[in-house]
Amino acid sequence: MENIDLTPLLPVLEKYSPQGQTALLPALQDAQEIYGYVPEQAAIEISKGLRVPLAEIHGVLEFYSLLYNKPVGKTVVHVCTDPACAMAGAESLLKVMNRKLEFHVEKGERLPSITVEKAPCLGLCEHAPALMVQGKPVAPGTSDTWEDIVAGKTHLARPSISGDIAILTAGCNQGKPTELAGYIKMNGYAALQKALQMTPQSVIAEVKASGLVGRGGAAFPTGVKWEGAANTPMEPKYVVCNADEAEPGTFKDRIMMENMPHRILEGIIIAAYAIGANKGYMYIRGEYLVPYQVMNHAVEEARQAGYLGKNILGSGFDFDLELRRGAGAYVCGEETALFESIEGKRGFPRVKPPFPTTHGLFGKPTVINNVETLCNVPFILLEGASGYRKIGTEKSPGPKLFCLSGDVEKPGLYEVPFGVTFRHLLEDLAGGVRHGKKMKAALFGGAAGAFAIEKDLDVRLTFEDLRSAGLPLGSGVITVFDETRDMKDICLRLAHFFADESCGKCFPCQIGTQRQYEILQRVMQGDTLPGDMERLRDIGQTMTDSSICGLGQTAGLAIASATRLWPELFQPQ
Amino acid sequence: MADKITLTIDNQPVTVAPGTTILKAAEQIGVKIPTICYHDYCTANGLCRICVVEVEGSRTLVPACIGKVSEGMKVQTHTERVETSRRTILEMLASSVDLSEAPDIQEYIVEYHADTARFPEAEERQPSVIDDNPMFIRDYAKCILCWRCVQVCADDAQYTYAINFTGRGYETQIGTFFNKSLPETTCVFCGQCVGVCPTGALKPKREWLLQNGFSQNEIMELTRSQRKQHTRREVPVANKVEQE
Repeated sequence: MENIDLTPLLPVLEKYSPQGQTALLPALQDAQEIYGYVPEQAAIEISKGLRVPLAEIHGVLEFYSLLYNKPVGKTVVHVCTDPACAMAGAESLLKVMNRKLEFHVEKGERLPSITVEKAPCLGLCEHAPALMVQGKPVAPGTSDTWEDIVAGKTHLARPSISGDIAILTAGCNQGKPTELAGYIKMNGYAALQKALQMTPQSVIAEVKASGLVGRGGAAFPTGVKWEGAANTPMEPKYVVCNADEAEPGTFKDRIMMENMPHRILEGIIIAAYAIGANKGYMYIRGEYLVPYQVMNHAVEEARQAGYLGKNILGSGFDFDLELRRGAGAYVCGEETALFESIEGKRGFPRVKPPFPTTHGLFGKPTVINNVETLCNVPFILLEGASGYRKIGTEKSPGPKLFCLSGDVEKPGLYEVPFGVTFRHLLEDLAGGVRHGKKMKAALFGGAAGAFAIEKDLDVRLTFEDLRSAGLPLGSGVITVFDETRDMKDICLRLAHFFADESCGKCFPCQIGTQRQYEILQRVMQGDTLPGDMERLRDIGQTMTDSSICGLGQTAGLAIASATRLWPELFQPQ
Repeated sequence: MADKITLTIDNQPVTVAPGTTILKAAEQIGVKIPTICYHDYCTANGLCRICVVEVEGSRTLVPACIGKVSEGMKVQTHTERVETSRRTILEMLASSVDLSEAPDIQEYIVEYHADTARFPEAEERQPSVIDDNPMFIRDYAKCILCWRCVQVCADDAQYTYAINFTGRGYETQIGTFFNKSLPETTCVFCGQCVGVCPTGALKPKREWLLQNGFSQNEIMELTRSQRKQHTRREVPVANKVEQE
């Protein structure tokens, strides 16, 4: 065991010990900040301080891909190789990064000065190929030198944010986060003031009447969720904001956090008031360092101004919010896995029922909402349910954010009312398929989604229209592929993503994602075996029918849709 | 809440107490539902999903070992969907680990007409046997990740917390803190993990040596000297922490 200086760890232990196991991820993250990784001795001290068994700490270290229990390079570089980035040349970028690796010798060991890792979607799809240096997104433009990239000197262009309407994204085009003063100038926190003068029941009634449903992918009615938690006779209650955005192709929550943090906070505080929660958590994806920093600053501002803390705006209502960072696990976007992670455990999804509204975080009634969902709440309170329903369609009311990436002229975030067609979004707003090519397919809903083809161009983007077209809306992600793209390669990347991100808890997904990946490897290499199509079908059906959580239940869907659209690709040569 | 709940399982009515699982309700009327990870004295987690059944109105199949009964519930235990899941899970298991010492699973393989060679060129989990103590060996090439050992080592029985998980997804294994040998951990060699292991992945050292052709006398010699070595060893740091 290596001898390390434990002195810098002492303040970390002092800070987190009183919280116990729930502070495990923050403590390990701080230890890694100090040592570059989590050394065994540091893990032992954390075990003593937080009173978590050693084996369990090791289990947690092993679960999260951004936690290291062995030394890594001083600079860690992540290169995304998921579809949108792969099409933009991520693999050659990765090769260049690896070829230029420098080595130094330390204690007789030859160590790379930087660690280059393949990463799952980094939520930077509009800047593809995405590259992150020490958690900071950089632009891998061709004119930049490799040294500048590694030093983090290259900056990303401003994300493209536009659309037919600007309700959720109002004020998001400043190129910098809107601070509290700016947010108040645009009528910010007026919805909170209004809510605090209403009864919690009437706040819930308004949200229910608005028809708002969750924007994280499951589309559960938000008001019903709030009511369920409010009516559960158990205290304390919690509000959790799910900012663990990691569906390949999705970057909307990142853009909201980076540009309009107070709109999210206002939504969270209103939710807390409605259900009677005095404590909340916001769980931000580990790869999202910049959004975390912006949110952290916004929370400080909100505390100073009395929007968070005791007796908010003189109403007698107390509420405070704690920010948590994920540590590299897609599955933690699943609500119950996210709770486990906040509790300091491996991110294993729980069995449902019971549902979070009765047994959520720490076993208490919990409302967990996605970032975009909460951004709708201030608008609903200000305009009333009827005002909100003027936007969108009757069955899909409200505004919706769409993330467009891949082979489109203008990848970016688009805000539209529900009901516009896919063609409008693609051709009128995003400038059509790049370089005037034709569209071969578009992946709706990310890795967990399904492929649309040309005949789907005129489908209206609503829950009801998409459902009858057999396409998922998911979290509003659309990745476009032009006519030259190899769909086998895309499917292989999706299969790889799920094999990498399966938590391993239930057998169908643990083994199924691996077998699915192996078959797709054969398909890609042209070594397809007789019966592979049937194998894919049975694996997919078993994962969908029998997995514990949404990850496994959707891990075969995109590939199943590809086998229906292009069966010839999956037949032996 | 009502005192009794009536439901139908394979069209047979059954009346049970609220909170009963579908598995137990089915047992009551003699309907057999297969289980692998489930153990009467361990927390049920619904991992293997071999016990899934079709419940009318449910989008997905429901694991019978944890799914609770409700009034008027209609359960089918042997539909085509159910059989596809069960068969595929068995085929996938057979492609992943050595099931030669898992008689229950082998019976299911026959019963569900599972083809153990269904997944050619599949990556098997084949870590080498860990022989680091005189009491039992760990042969994780046979481990199906039923979690029973981790659970009895923790809150289900012993509160010792010597083992947990390493890796994730298909790479998941059972392991110790920084992969230390068991005598260097908090393990008290209670043997409960060996007792609940369904596949021979955890096995008494003696049984393992006998299988490998050692004689009784050779075994005595070997394990005695191993035991002596360990009593002389200093208590490692990892253990000290947990004792404090």
